[in-house]
Amino acid sequence: MSSSQDRLPRLLALVPYLIARPGIRVDEAAADFGVPARQLRKDLELLWMCGLPGYGPGDLIDLSFEGDTVSVSFDAGMSRPLRLTGTEASALLVALRALLDAPGVADGPGAADADAVRRAVAKIEAAAGQARPAGVAVGLGVREGETTARSRRVVQGALTDGRALRMTYYTASKDQVTERTVDPMRLLIVEGRSYLEAWCRRAEAVRLFRLDRIDDVTELAEPAAPPPYAEQTDTTAGLFRERPDHEVAQLVLAPDARWISEYYPVERVTELDDGRLRIRMRYADHSWMVRLLLGLGGDVVVEQPRSLAAGLRERARRALERAGQLAVTP
Amino acid sequence: MGELPATPGTSRARVRNVSVARAERLVNLVLCLLSTRQYLPAERIRAIVAGYADAPSDEAFFRMFERDKTELRDLGIPLEFGRNRAVDADDGYRIARRDYELGDIDLRPDEAAAVALAVRLWDSPELTGAAAGALLKLRAAGVDVDQGVPSVVEPKVRTTEPAFGPLLAAVQSGRAVRFDYRRPSPAELRTRTLEPWGVVSWRGRWYVVGHDRDRDAPRCFRLTRIVGEVTAFGPNGVVERPTDVDLLDFVSHSGDSPPDTTTVRLWVAKRRAAGLRRHATVVGEQTIDDTEGDLLELDLDHPDSAAGWIAGYGEDALVIEPEILRKTVHERLLAAAAGGSGEGT
Repeated sequence: MSSSQDRLPRLLALVPYLIARPGIRVDEAAADFGVPARQLRKDLELLWMCGLPGYGPGDLIDLSFEGDTVSVSFDAGMSRPLRLTGTEASALLVALRALLDAPGVADGPGAADADAVRRAVAKIEAAAGQARPAGVAVGLGVREGETTARSRRVVQGALTDGRALRMTYYTASKDQVTERTVDPMRLLIVEGRSYLEAWCRRAEAVRLFRLDRIDDVTELAEPAAPPPYAEQTDTTAGLFRERPDHEVAQLVLAPDARWISEYYPVERVTELDDGRLRIRMRYADHSWMVRLLLGLGGDVVVEQPRSLAAGLRERARRALERAGQLAVTP
Repeated sequence: MGELPATPGTSRARVRNVSVARAERLVNLVLCLLSTRQYLPAERIRAIVAGYADAPSDEAFFRMFERDKTELRDLGIPLEFGRNRAVDADDGYRIARRDYELGDIDLRPDEAAAVALAVRLWDSPELTGAAAGALLKLRAAGVDVDQGVPSVVEPKVRTTEPAFGPLLAAVQSGRAVRFDYRRPSPAELRTRTLEPWGVVSWRGRWYVVGHDRDRDAPRCFRLTRIVGEVTAFGPNGVVERPTDVDLLDFVSHSGDSPPDTTTVRLWVAKRRAAGLRRHATVVGEQTIDDTEGDLLELDLDHPDSAAGWIAGYGEDALVIEPEILRKTVHERLLAAAAGGSGEGT
């Protein structure tokens, strides 16, 4: 927030901010504005030069300093912040309303109160005045079955109490169910799904666990202790992380399989005739990829690697053979 | 505060670089226009607002002043333009305080905590900054919002589609848009002309909803299926969003088929297909093809879409019934065995 185009909004907000908090510490104010204390001092210095025409001692904004604290003695008429723009009001109100349908945000241990969210919406709407309708709407739309809701409440409880968890977890990439002890960090809702972010003692790394893949979970008596170097996942670039050891497949998707290119992170290579699409897709686990492709049947052609294509044909052939046995087994 | 003299009234040195001078001039301009009830003509502003005296010529002043006005308007400052009396020669400027100032707001701690969480929702170049701007103003209005408190649940919404920014801008300015849209099945690539009412995120996917001019009906489009650029055209303010349309309802009720719950019986090899087993009940055992296995029952909401899931397990999972699911899986495997060249079923 230190570039020049962010500066004017900050300058206009600073005087009313200080009026509301007489004698606030400069570094505390800087933290609220998301700038270094040095920058905030420069801002104060600049404001101290500003005022009403005449620019005499009684016309200039006046600030008084005591130790590391600052107060406003004369505001030159800038006592309230600028109203919210339509986009600002929308960004905040749409986000607040989205919280209302987020599982665990408005219910369960440690949750923000749904009623508080509604009160905040009403107050901000009233203060923002005649802002245009948002033009943006968000529905997280998380589908949560009974088992998942139960797991979520246990996880929320452990997060609130600061305790470790023991859980039975299904890893889709390996098609395995395993037992693990984890140190929970937070619950994340990304792209319509809930995840537990935790330090996994088995993997010795931060992992995201899909809540709908937790088959059983218990809060332990021991405290959650993620190591200090356990960092929260940066969700800005999506949850899938490419790694150099990932294999790459080149596939041609028929129209009915194009959803693959919307569901998984893929590189679109070429649009082909009849709505087919050639993509390149990275995958971490061979067996997972085989399961995905086998399920797509004739809607996908594996161009590369050849070993994957051959393995797929072989596996399909064996399945047909066994299905034939089933038909004759009494 | 070593940089600042301790008492007011001592000389306030005016040695600054250009960007500081500009920021200072803009603050002075806002203070001046807020304090006046009269419309102030540009020449008057030039004469009394600190910073404009530096302009070396009339032309330089007007260029400077135009830029300043644009910047104030971009920030959402309601700059009014008019004459004090009909006989006045020039139009002037002022800022109406009631339109400038944010209304009174006071949030309780639990409400402020909800705001802090809401601000963190966006992973979006367009909306993260806007939410931060709103937070700044709320804080300036005296609301204390602690961003440092970790919350137990954090929802995140991303806007990575390149079409998002242009569509949001078109919605906000009320302009029509044109874009190429690829419908996957049946495959079709067509140019669409839309009067956009809003952009909607539903289950992590973005859609644009509006009046489709070609179909003359309301439609929604997935942003990932837009090909190339979104072009806004025509004047601002031509798009009128009907008041009775709930954007979220419109999207969430499109394309969701009601569940058609069916009980499925499978044979699954021992210790295999954990993904199927965790949803199923074991109802018996059977050896097939010299391989020991379990008979499983599971309830599926959408048996059609489960065919791919089951087929993916290959020889480890065989469908016993219903017959229609058994056939669908069989056909997929046939096509896969043919190397995917068997064009569907």
